[in-house]
Amino acid sequence: MNWLQSWVRPKLRQLVGGQKDIPDHLWHKCKGCEEMIFHRDLEKNLSVCQHCGYHMRIGVKKRLELLFDDAKYTTVELKSPIADPLKFRDRRKYTERLKEARNNTGEKDAIVVAHGAMGGNKVVVAAFNFDFMAGSMGIAVGDGLLTAARLAVVQETPLIAIPASGGARMQEGILSLMQMARTTIAVEEVRDAGLPYIVLMLDPTAGGVTASFAMLGDVAIAEPGAVICFAGARVIEQTIREKLPEGFQCAEYLYEHGMVDMVVHRSALSETLNRVIDLLCNHKPAGELVPLDEDSSPADKSDKKSQAAAPNEPASKADKDGQDKQGKQDKQDEQANQDNQDKPTG
Amino acid sequence: MHNYLDFEKPIAELEGKIQELRHLSGEGGVNIADEVGRMQSKAEKLLVSTYAKLTPWQKTQVARHANRPHTVDYIDALIEDFTPLAGDRAFAEDLAIIGGMGRFCGHSVMVIGHEKGADTEARIKHNFGMPRPEGYRKAQRLMSLANKFGLPVITFIDTPGAYPGIDAEARGQAEAIARSIDVCLSLKVPLISLVIGEGGSGGAIAIAVANSVLMLQHSIYSVISPEGCASILWRDGAQAKDAAGALRLTARDLLDLGVIDKVIEEPLGGAHRDAQATIRSAGQAIEEELKKYSELDGGVLRASRREKFLKMGTKGLS
Ligand SMILES: [Zn+2]
Repeated sequence: MNWLQSWVRPKLRQLVGGQKDIPDHLWHKCKGCEEMIFHRDLEKNLSVCQHCGYHMRIGVKKRLELLFDDAKYTTVELKSPIADPLKFRDRRKYTERLKEARNNTGEKDAIVVAHGAMGGNKVVVAAFNFDFMAGSMGIAVGDGLLTAARLAVVQETPLIAIPASGGARMQEGILSLMQMARTTIAVEEVRDAGLPYIVLMLDPTAGGVTASFAMLGDVAIAEPGAVICFAGARVIEQTIREKLPEGFQCAEYLYEHGMVDMVVHRSALSETLNRVIDLLCNHKPAGELVPLDEDSSPADKSDKKSQAAAPNEPASKADKDGQDKQGKQDKQDEQANQDNQDKPTG
Repeated sequence: MHNYLDFEKPIAELEGKIQELRHLSGEGGVNIADEVGRMQSKAEKLLVSTYAKLTPWQKTQVARHANRPHTVDYIDALIEDFTPLAGDRAFAEDLAIIGGMGRFCGHSVMVIGHEKGADTEARIKHNFGMPRPEGYRKAQRLMSLANKFGLPVITFIDTPGAYPGIDAEARGQAEAIARSIDVCLSLKVPLISLVIGEGGSGGAIAIAVANSVLMLQHSIYSVISPEGCASILWRDGAQAKDAAGALRLTARDLLDLGVIDKVIEEPLGGAHRDAQATIRSAGQAIEEELKKYSELDGGVLRASRREKFLKMGTKGLS
């Protein structure tokens, strides 16, 4: 299993240079249930709370390690587009915000393009880096999706988009809005080549990102609790001056409203993706036709699928529901407090 | 009665005095033609100088002017045999986007546009030009219909944005917009878009991924409203004026950025001062664009539309 790599390695790293750790860093407070979680438990559970099932955000590198076979993948060097095309400044210069984001993340922009294997099938991934200016979509992100799409077409592999984004990047103005068209072209190029396009929506997926490539997947998967929307909750509340319904715009809500195919627990994500890719890519059985087994009950066969498709259903459901609400509220507060753009735009 | 914008106050005062004088001269028989003439030329000069250097924020106000011609006015004046088509065949008819078939310069075309409404009743009926998913799904249906029968598509853009409401989100506002962009990009017929007022974000581009995107001189097109941008980046909606400048949302800036293809001049004092002249210029511009595409093969139309959008972002402002 992939998650072994993702926690064994950090653990080793920690054994080597672990003395510097201060006790504070060893415990994390869950935003869903406010329980304290020991960091090793958190690592082991892929940053999902073992008490309430709250899915915390994980970095793009961890995400890719989790999904690719043996945590192995190759990133694609992306060219740098024109910087600051509008000469934008608000209270700060856009160039300063960019520099800061680059220093903090070590990445050029909010997208990482990688290729490798999932369940033995080659794939290309375009994954957002939410830590980079709230994963906002400007020209570089549009270029990233196009690069990923073209690599998928050349390699004849599926394209997997993994958005985690507040929406279009205001600092690139109208050119960010135009990325909605450019990323849709990326999707069309993959479609024209007859290749699968799968979207895995993370928390949050909003604004112009949702309203373009993210909602055009052949198969749409979302992580439990992820906020997925066009207009942000605050904008809607201000417009209609009404309280929003419980669980509004979270992944489960979208599932109920027919907007995503499945809500999949992080621990089942890799297996689910591998299966979806395999079903779409390998139409024929590897060997001879497998005869239908008359003895096996339908329940056995559908077991795996129902596990993945049922949105968020761990053991203590009643308990968890109350905690999820709290988690969502926290998430919204946190979003409101972000200095950078964390509101849906576009 | 003319609706004056804040920055038009000096013009309003002058024009008010001219009215008064005319009234007086009518009653008392005093010959004040000279005085009226002088004041009229003064008012015109003021109008020229004001409109020659509109700030981005002032343009935003002009673009939203209540008396500016709306989609229905363009259809009335430019489209013969207009036959409205309604509904998304799934949930509802959304009047924030209107559309139908008709004849433009003798040719069958499909016309689709945001409609804001001209008075309170109409504004409510058309939801202030803010579509729900049904509006975009109707637009998709109409574009696909046009594609099937080889009708060029003309879209009029004039929206504050897609409607931010619970129902709209529940029925997939994001998916409706995404799919609409997808349909625009797939068309094998010419698609001409004209921004006549406000090009509000995703709600606008949903029906504006066109072979030619034209803009009226004082219309705006932006990733977010100046007010929305100010409240996020300046943490103060009152800074909308600064945000309007930073966003580069004027027709001129968008032409320089390679996002639009042509700016259509408005009459002196803005489209709202002479709707008929505005619509005439718009009609001529649309006709010119359609002529360009009349001989082109569907595949070429689609490929060149994609090419144009792929290039966006390679050109910045100097
Ligand atoms: Zn918890």
